Amino acid sequence: MKMPAHKGTAMPMNIRQLNFVLVVLLLATVATFEIGERGVAGPLAMGALLAISFVKGRLVVLDFMGLRGVKFFWRGLLLGWLLLVSTLIAIAYWISLP
Amino acid sequence: MDTQPQAAPPPHTGPAVAPPGDLAIWFFILAELLAFGVFFAAYAFARARHVELFNAMQQTLDRPAGALNTVLLITGSWCVARAVEAVGRARAQTGARWLAAGIACGGGFLVVKCLEYADKFGAGINLSTNTFYMFYLSLTFFHFMHVILGLVILVALWWQTRQGAYGPADMNGIESGAAYWHMVDLVWIVLFPLVYVMR
Repeated sequence: MKMPAHKGTAMPMNIRQLNFVLVVLLLATVATFEIGERGVAGPLAMGALLAISFVKGRLVVLDFMGLRGVKFFWRGLLLGWLLLVSTLIAIAYWISLP
Repeated sequence: MDTQPQAAPPPHTGPAVAPPGDLAIWFFILAELLAFGVFFAAYAFARARHVELFNAMQQTLDRPAGALNTVLLITGSWCVARAVEAVGRARAQTGARWLAAGIACGGGFLVVKCLEYADKFGAGINLSTNTFYMFYLSLTFFHFMHVILGLVILVALWWQTRQGAYGPADMNGIESGAAYWHMVDLVWIVLFPLVYVMR
């Protein structure tokens, strides 16, 4: 099912932006790994991990998937999924606290 | 019968109406995300009922291997995004090389994951070991299968891109395949902290 020709033009990919996103994603992965290696636990660490994960996911959705220049509906679906999953994980973590 | 060439569509300004690639792949991606979302929520709420078990078992995982796999998937996603960018500028051979690099990253992920599985199975761990490993093995294997499917798609894209099948005027196939591969990356970005790090 090809999209109609008048679907509009998504923002063309920009090499510098893609490279910048890669660096941010790698740094964020190092931060996540370090939190694990240092054995940091608790709500603050959990919040930091979810925030890092959300930022990483958002960059993948907007820049790698190319949804930055697309109508909010599509971005909203994927970012909404990310937000919903993060919220459910946070709720589950919260109810597990003593 | 109208034999006149169709008039060019009116210039479109503002955000694109639809995402890049085929609309069908986006419905497929949304269905996959829904399945993984249910899986993640099930893991998180199961952990809430067995916090001590999950925290203890998490320490038996190979976190550096998980981090390495995150780096491989992110880099692979970047390579595929660079491939789409190159093909969009009529540089198909450059695009094919970026796709090959993405395939190498995906292959690296599978090798690291197989080594992890070999270590666990060698230690006698299986689905019935405990609740944590039931989730760990099923969740990561479900993702593993998606990486394999993503790699099959990338190899097909690489082959077709080398043949010159894609270009600025026909991005549909390569954009659709790339979107699927990025979905595999997106899911791992949630899975890694949830399973390997969060405690």
